[in-house]
Amino acid sequence: MNCNETTKKYYRANKLPHIWCPGCGHGTLTNTIVRAVDKLGLNKDEVVIVSGIGCSSRAPGYLDFNTLHTTHGRALAFATGIKFANPKLHVIVIMGDGDSSAIGGNHLIHASRRNIDITAVVFNNNIYGMTGGQFSPTTPFGDLATTTPYGNIDKSFNLCSLAQGAGATYVGRGTAYHAPLMQKLIENGIQNKGFSFIEGLSLCPTYYGRRNKKGSAFKMHTFLKENCVDKKVVDKDPEKGKNKIIIGEFYNNPQPEYTESYQVIIDKLQG
Amino acid sequence: MKKLEIRLSGSGGQGVILAAIILANAGVEQGLNAIQTQSYGPEARGGASKAEVILSNDEINYPKITRANILLSLTQKAYDKYNSSLETNGILIVDESVKLSGDETFKVYTLPILRTAQEKFETQLVANIISLGAIYELMGEGIIDKDIMIRSITERVPAHTVQKNTDAFEEGIKLARG
Amino acid sequence: MNKEGYKLVQGNEACVEGALAAGMRFFAGYPITPSTEIAEISAEKLPALGGRFIQMEDELASMAAIIGGSLAGKKTMTATSGPGFSLMQENIGYAAITEIPCVVVNVQRGGPSTGLPTSPAQGEVMQAKWGTHGDHPAIALTPNSVQETFEYTVKAFNLAEKYRTPVIFLMDETVGHMREKMAFKDASEIEIIDRKKPTCKPEDYVAYRPDEDMIPPMAPFGEGYRYHVSGLTHDETGFPTNNNEISEKLVRRLVDKVDKNIDDFSYYEEYKLEDAEIVIIAYGGVSRSAKSAVDDLRKQNIKAGLFRPITIWPFLEKQVNKVSLNAKEIYVAEMNLGQYVLEVERIACKNCTVKSINKVNGELITPEEIVKAIGGNK
Repeated sequence: MNCNETTKKYYRANKLPHIWCPGCGHGTLTNTIVRAVDKLGLNKDEVVIVSGIGCSSRAPGYLDFNTLHTTHGRALAFATGIKFANPKLHVIVIMGDGDSSAIGGNHLIHASRRNIDITAVVFNNNIYGMTGGQFSPTTPFGDLATTTPYGNIDKSFNLCSLAQGAGATYVGRGTAYHAPLMQKLIENGIQNKGFSFIEGLSLCPTYYGRRNKKGSAFKMHTFLKENCVDKKVVDKDPEKGKNKIIIGEFYNNPQPEYTESYQVIIDKLQG
Repeated sequence: MKKLEIRLSGSGGQGVILAAIILANAGVEQGLNAIQTQSYGPEARGGASKAEVILSNDEINYPKITRANILLSLTQKAYDKYNSSLETNGILIVDESVKLSGDETFKVYTLPILRTAQEKFETQLVANIISLGAIYELMGEGIIDKDIMIRSITERVPAHTVQKNTDAFEEGIKLARG
Repeated sequence: MNKEGYKLVQGNEACVEGALAAGMRFFAGYPITPSTEIAEISAEKLPALGGRFIQMEDELASMAAIIGGSLAGKKTMTATSGPGFSLMQENIGYAAITEIPCVVVNVQRGGPSTGLPTSPAQGEVMQAKWGTHGDHPAIALTPNSVQETFEYTVKAFNLAEKYRTPVIFLMDETVGHMREKMAFKDASEIEIIDRKKPTCKPEDYVAYRPDEDMIPPMAPFGEGYRYHVSGLTHDETGFPTNNNEISEKLVRRLVDKVDKNIDDFSYYEEYKLEDAEIVIIAYGGVSRSAKSAVDDLRKQNIKAGLFRPITIWPFLEKQVNKVSLNAKEIYVAEMNLGQYVLEVERIACKNCTVKSINKVNGELITPEEIVKAIGGNK
């Protein structure tokens, strides 16, 4: 993990090294969250990091904030309870692809719909890594996993479209390769008073990569580098987006925030 | 007073549960022990609906009615289902639309409850309170003060319907007096 | 309110009043008959007190939200019925292992599955203890009147706070939907217990290091005590471990902190037990029928009495054992096919005969049915 002096103070050094495989994108993505928090100058005591279950869910344990490692898929529901009980807190939720969109899909839809001020970051590695490489809702059609030995016949989710359709007011996609972009999206997400959804494309060289012959972690990073195009570029020239993965800021449309709307009711009743 | 067990029955939406709550509430305000229960189907409207009130000076344990002293049935279905639960010398209050089986041993009051609601108040919504007036009149004197009953109605019906409902209550008393 | 301070109140309403009196300021739930009034009344009353109500997308989320809310420092509750209680089991276990106080109300209705939504049952006695996987502590209280619903909801909160554990408030449709008189108590008459907070400096805080009483002090998120909470088996710092010795110690402590303190919250009622040869054991709505049955049997010169547990979990071994020493026969009457009776048998069958009176048709067991089962005249 790339810890310089700036970010070091946000890590629980005694909990490192982390459990992620060599080449995994999760460490970089975790670091983009830390850098975003640092950039915004948030008080560590007022930051809460919540996760579900899976490889991504181990991130909070390494971070020196108020950290909550919950049950599979339920991170957003726990986070909703925390934020609603104490709206002063900055609540960031780290989820995996299966975690957020299979078992936790309903919670994602409804947290988005409520527009509660939570920043959700999905570490999308297209696979269930912790359990040894089963297909997830973001595993591409035709790809191999231990539970799709003959190729995946499920269609994969576009998580950003899902969140936006459900009502998230800030939506963007970055990758473990495009770390500065990822950091910027998270900063914007934290600053958005409402539900922000940031997808971080990660990579799993151990299970997804090996089984699908994607080559080394280096090669997988290179793939992200060469196949991702920012939305701003595609907006100007749609041709450049052909057969590419679109990244960047997709949606930024502030709307009344849930805890603030409730506060209006409290204030009214308390006169 | 001895224990008084009153069963109100009709179809869902007729408001028999609210009438039972108003009666039990008045019982408590009077200083009696009162308990109110109900049973109904899963639907909010149309199914069979039954509410029960027990009034007593003593502690009430079993909260349901074993033998009703008074039975109100606003529909045929409710009458068919519950008339056997009325004690031999109990009081039956039915809407005039109900056809009786003919072998009643108890005292029967066939009253134009639904028609009066429609004709005098232009709404079926007060049928429950007209019924309550009839029950109040027939349950015996001195159990609950009338002003406590009126207060209980006032507290439990929507504010803009208080006058209509207290009028309906008086109408129910009149119907029962015959 | 009448001259003696009584008001006609519904059981579910009394539950909310008790919760508010205990300090509940956060409710998350999902509508389900016959518990819905608890959510509705909470939604109406909480914001005026500066509290918060949220309707979640399902019961899984409701349970998660009250754990989150509690961790952020609020006293929290959810209310549900059978099908929703099944969904909550996952995170009830999470609250147990992470020691986060909260109250879960289950107004029991006919089951299994969707069953009889508007009818009473007592089918979740065992689920209230064993519903979530793994060994875990279980406290469950079961009231039989509107007044008791108020008072024991307060106690449910107190126990959750004191022992840092989810507490199940096990009602049934009879008690939840019934209206009867209830005395509103003045705040000064109600004992309120709040969770123990750390007094040490944040850097010295070891989140899951228990005090002598087996309970670790709990810091709310946001007050400077930054720590880690995980549903994985963890050591005293709260971080995951596979260490066998530490794992064993944790699970035993979680269970012991409740079981070994049972004398602190053994709530029960004894009725005409002094010379009773026939003892009826019943709880919740059925216990009211049982009390009537005792009176009826006594009129027939049958020496009957009632033992009524209010603390349904942990099982009141000591008290049931004592009852069984003096009884010839124990009849356990419950609206299921025999759940609590299994525990009674475990303790009592060496001392007397234990029999079961069961009913699962959606109606309360009647006093007559109990009298008849015992051999009295109807």
